[in-house]
Amino acid sequence: MDQLFNRKYIVQGLFIVIALILLGKLFYIQIISDAAFVSAESNVLRKIYKYPARGAILDRNGKVIVQNEPVYDLMVTPTEVKAFDTLALAQALEISVDDVRKNLRKARGKSTYQSTPFLKQISVQSYARLQEILYRFPGFRTQDRTIRHYPDSVGGQLFGFVKEVDSADIAKSEGFYRPGDYKGKSGIERSYEDILRGEKGVVNTVYDVHNTPQGSYADGKYDINAVSGERLISGIDMRIQKLGEELMMNKVGAVVAIEPATGEVLAFISSPGYDPNLLVGRSQGNNYMSLIGNPYKPSMVRPIQGRYPPGSSFKPIDALLGLQEGVIDVNTTFNCPGYYMAGNHKVKCEHVDGNISMRRGIARSCNTYFCHVFQKLITRNGMKNQRQTYQDWRDKIAKFGFGEKLDIDLPFEKAGYFYNSDHYDKIYNNRWGYTTVISQAIGQGEITATPLQIANAMAIIANRGYYIKPHLIRAMGDKIKKEYVDKNYVGIDTKHFEPVIDGMQDCVNSPWGTAILSRIPDVVLCGKTGTVQNPHGKNHSVFIGFAPRDNPKIAIAVIVENAGFGSTYAAPIASYMIEKYLKGTVTGSRAAQVEWMKNQNLLPVLKDKTKPVKAITKADSLLIQKADSTKKVKDSLRIRSATIKQSVATKPKPNKTVQLEKPVTEK
Amino acid sequence: MQQQQGNRFFFNVDWITVLIYIALCTIGFVNIYASIYNPDKAGVFDFTSSYGKQLIYVISGLILGLSILLFDGRLFNVFSPFIYGGTLVLLLAVLVIGNKVAGNQAWIAIGSFKLQPAEFAKFGTALLLARYVGSFNPKFRDFKSIAIAALIVGAPLLLIMLQPDTGSALVFLAFMFPLYREGLSGYFLLIFLGMIVLFVADFLVPTWILITIITVIAGLFIYNNRRKQKIIFSTILVTIFAIGYLFLIKVAYEKVLAPHQRSRIELMLGLKTDNRGAGYNVIQSQIAIGSGQVTGRGFLEGTQTKYGYVPEQSTDFIFSTIGEEWGFLGCAVVIGLYSFLLLRLINLAERQRSTFSRVYGYSVACILFFHVFINIGMTIGIIPVIGIPLPLISYGGSSLWSFTILLFIFLKLDSNRMGFF
Repeated sequence: MDQLFNRKYIVQGLFIVIALILLGKLFYIQIISDAAFVSAESNVLRKIYKYPARGAILDRNGKVIVQNEPVYDLMVTPTEVKAFDTLALAQALEISVDDVRKNLRKARGKSTYQSTPFLKQISVQSYARLQEILYRFPGFRTQDRTIRHYPDSVGGQLFGFVKEVDSADIAKSEGFYRPGDYKGKSGIERSYEDILRGEKGVVNTVYDVHNTPQGSYADGKYDINAVSGERLISGIDMRIQKLGEELMMNKVGAVVAIEPATGEVLAFISSPGYDPNLLVGRSQGNNYMSLIGNPYKPSMVRPIQGRYPPGSSFKPIDALLGLQEGVIDVNTTFNCPGYYMAGNHKVKCEHVDGNISMRRGIARSCNTYFCHVFQKLITRNGMKNQRQTYQDWRDKIAKFGFGEKLDIDLPFEKAGYFYNSDHYDKIYNNRWGYTTVISQAIGQGEITATPLQIANAMAIIANRGYYIKPHLIRAMGDKIKKEYVDKNYVGIDTKHFEPVIDGMQDCVNSPWGTAILSRIPDVVLCGKTGTVQNPHGKNHSVFIGFAPRDNPKIAIAVIVENAGFGSTYAAPIASYMIEKYLKGTVTGSRAAQVEWMKNQNLLPVLKDKTKPVKAITKADSLLIQKADSTKKVKDSLRIRSATIKQSVATKPKPNKTVQLEKPVTEK
Repeated sequence: MQQQQGNRFFFNVDWITVLIYIALCTIGFVNIYASIYNPDKAGVFDFTSSYGKQLIYVISGLILGLSILLFDGRLFNVFSPFIYGGTLVLLLAVLVIGNKVAGNQAWIAIGSFKLQPAEFAKFGTALLLARYVGSFNPKFRDFKSIAIAALIVGAPLLLIMLQPDTGSALVFLAFMFPLYREGLSGYFLLIFLGMIVLFVADFLVPTWILITIITVIAGLFIYNNRRKQKIIFSTILVTIFAIGYLFLIKVAYEKVLAPHQRSRIELMLGLKTDNRGAGYNVIQSQIAIGSGQVTGRGFLEGTQTKYGYVPEQSTDFIFSTIGEEWGFLGCAVVIGLYSFLLLRLINLAERQRSTFSRVYGYSVACILFFHVFINIGMTIGIIPVIGIPLPLISYGGSSLWSFTILLFIFLKLDSNRMGFF
């Protein structure tokens, strides 16, 4: 053998080295790195989502008040589209040929090989038409969805609305939501989103290189069935919710009714309201913009966002605190010369009663009486300690739910203002006393509260000393939240309530009461009117009350903005709703008054007349059909603008002359 | 012995090699079946499909191989010039009457059968080269013997380049190894290696840095051998050639290579990414292989394979099927079988008495080696895409038969190794 024989080893060595290099690279891509495995999965796997139906919402009587309606999204996979009859498709979908082209271009821009929405939320009618001819349009398919339907067309602000998630929602949810998902954006839809939305289903489908589905992945092992959202049972009584919205038609304000024993909200009315169905479907965007642009702010949820001075309805609470602190007793009288002198300024009273008792003071809404009570409360530890006694008074009132959020199960609740001593120290440089803040004695001045807080205060009086957190939803399936069982006591002894309630009963049921016109036959309604001074315009009409006196079933607060006396509008509206709730119907001659009330237009005149009035009100929105809502909204605005201007001139006058309470003046 | 051998055709045949051959063919058939397996048409054995045809090719290949064993081994030596001549004629013919498929004029259609002359040119060349070396016993120290060997290898190579079929042409470089074994200076291999290194380096490093490095190395080398004038002279020559080569690459790269070849090289070197275009094949092939992980997804379970994500999967990219469905273990088995076959072929070649047989054996081993290395390297992205089949495994009759002939001629020669001719 020659020496060249050794070259065999070089050749064989090369073979081995190369084999090891190949194995090394294979070891890396197959075992060490999982990048290829992930890419392989994303090559073949597509997740198709199945959207669950949102949970329905029932009212307290088991009536469905929020339900679902089937709609269909038309999806397109641009690569699979062949030349098709654009006109036929446009006609079936009731859109223009240009829109067809535009949508197709848009879909292509998003993805050419993935199924993207071509037209969202096609109605059942269009869907039926489309189904027959869909085979002519390869690359198009339909996807089932459900959207909300509100059969009673009321409770816009209460229910809120559901909208497709935007990129901010997706980012905030850390990937839970995906483009195309819907989410509750306001109202109950928002606060109970977790329960209502249900669970999305996933079908893992394997696709081949031509993007043709090749069946289920791993025999559906990783598929998830869609689970419908849970059903909510609300405390709302749709009968009075609807009546209330009709009564508040063409008025600005709010009504909140609470079942005192449970804290369940029976009615939650924000006026002007709107048909929640306007914010469903394809015209959602346009309708939303016109709601936002409306000068009467229908988008504002007045029961929890409107901040009103509680006014005279605050007086029973003053009386309760006076009795509890022992500065007055049930027989204490004060002399009312028609005004109260707070230092050197006069708080007017609308009547001259001479010596007046607490019971009568409440019934006749005597400012003088309660200013005296306030004076006694604040000065009971001498003039030097007013700062402490004010803070004590403030804290005790706060227990009634003022100055803080009540944590109702709705988003964006506001608290209302109710200041501490510190606040006045700052403003008045420590030189202040009861005369400085006297207007708070009669619920005016710095103090503001939401209608919900005012109604809750009434529930406290109805319960003789405690409240259960007001809430809209009483059960999800079978679960009742614990916090809706706890009684929150306000620190007033039960015995002090009866004399105060006597006065409230007189207010409605005695000839000298301010709300005698709102007496309900066979029902003892206890209440208190308020005429709240409004620095921006006409006084607000306020009424709070509960009924029946024994074992109360309903506590209510009604606020009608710029409507004048509490007895004129707020009290009757409250009485109709209470009667409807307790008896099922408004009886006798009062039925006709209901119709009269519905027709009253108390919308304030808009200040800026150069701007065209763009308003849709409850009245309009009820007439508007969903299908072509935008157009009709615009039409109705023209009519509305004409009627608003006349509204102030045609104020109704009360039939009888009754002692009515007059607005309070501070200076 | 001599008598017995003449009577018994299969005497002394290296059956281990035959077994490996059968094993590789079987692996090929199974994976071709998986590559074109369609879940919708499962259960029907279809002879018009690729796997059906491959079964025919495998069986006929085996018959072909066994019948080669019936020949007298001496015939191959005697007829080698005619076989070589015949393949050259075929290579010329394909340029005239061949079918153009995907830009390459590489196929001659005879009825429904398609012949690829380049495949057969390999053993034609191997035979003639073996005969030349065996007859004249050159030591490749002189220009003449190198020139003759270069001519024998270069003629078919040139004709194949004209088709153009770069992949098959590259395989002819494998003949350097048998020549090296027979005495060709190792410098030729080093130069060849150096050219590849410089080629790659020229893309990754600026040319002036390369020139500096080359000059410094050459300087040190000259300093170490400063008394040997001959070495100094040749070093300077090599340095000049190397630097000249660097500039030549730049020009040749733009002028000689087709755009698709350029982009394949750039993709391999990571100079660009194009996952949807030119790089699609390689990316998808690597995804398929990588997703096999240790044990693979299992026979007919590979999603990338089943749903057609890797193009050309039953032919040039068959290794991706093995990688996905059988995982690292399957790949290791295949590479192990090839390595064992190659090492055994070299050992067999070394035990030959005749130079003819030895040179031929080296040629067979090295041609197989080039195919395996380039093909698998391409599917896992360490070599640019060069369209040559994986021996005995890839789908295709011409390829399978030419490797069968190549291998079984050697087995016949090996069984006759005690004889003198």
